[in-house]
Amino acid sequence: MADGFGCKEKCSDQRLVSLPLSRIRVIMKSSPEVSSINQEALVLTAKATELFVQYLATYSYKHGSGKEKKALIYSDLSNTAEESETFQFLADILPKKILASKYLKMLKEEKGEGDEEEDEEEEEGEDEDEDDESEDEEAES
Amino acid sequence: MAERPEDLNLPNAVITRIIKEALPDGVNISKEARSAISRAASVFVLYATSCANNFAMKGKRKTLNAGDVLSAMEEMEFQRFISPLKEALDAYRREQKGKKEASEQKKKDKDKRTDSEEQDKIREDDNDEDDERMEEEEQNEEEEVDN
Repeated sequence: MADGFGCKEKCSDQRLVSLPLSRIRVIMKSSPEVSSINQEALVLTAKATELFVQYLATYSYKHGSGKEKKALIYSDLSNTAEESETFQFLADILPKKILASKYLKMLKEEKGEGDEEEDEEEEEGEDEDEDDESEDEEAES
Repeated sequence: MAERPEDLNLPNAVITRIIKEALPDGVNISKEARSAISRAASVFVLYATSCANNFAMKGKRKTLNAGDVLSAMEEMEFQRFISPLKEALDAYRREQKGKKEASEQKKKDKDKRTDSEEQDKIREDDNDEDDERMEEEEQNEEEEVDN
């Protein structure tokens, strides 16, 4: 009863939402701060998710590369996440793909630059201190 | 509640159908693109829930309601969803009202029956079946009269 759809056969063509409400509820409840959700909020969230899927798909297709080939591919979606402000929140789960070799090179360059600078400064500082101390000791003796 | 991570996924068949309906005919959607959209949809639900929950908390309410979800859409810059969502909400309310009236009517019709299991079934079953059952009942009554 709580899950809503009593009429399975008769209204299937004109059903309000096609995503399963029970699953939407599980996802919503997985958020720890949420205590309870009323049925209207659940139905609206499910409907919004459908609209979102449509919008994400059409937006990515329109702005994507595969229009001539009549295809929607992953990079169309990751581009959308990167370039559109509205879809920015997807950037973490739809990262741009790059070659592993390129990534390793990037890592090396970044790490190389950072380390060299820091190491040099630290070493210099330590050396000076040690030198000072040893000189003092020598002077005393 | 969500024990396994796959419990947070939405059914692929339904997601694929929604995508296909949204795009022009004959567009091929790669498998990777499908799973990406599906993941995005789950994240959208979480994001919307979190935003809606903020509005509920501001209003010092513990239960998320329809208004919270609509406010969340505005905050998330999905204003374009608001008017279709309001339409859907109206349709849902009409449907609920219709159901309520129908079940009240049935309750009256079936006052004789005190079996509570039967009552629960009536609420869940679709109208076709209820109609059938009512016909059956009428037949029974006729038989009883005949006897």
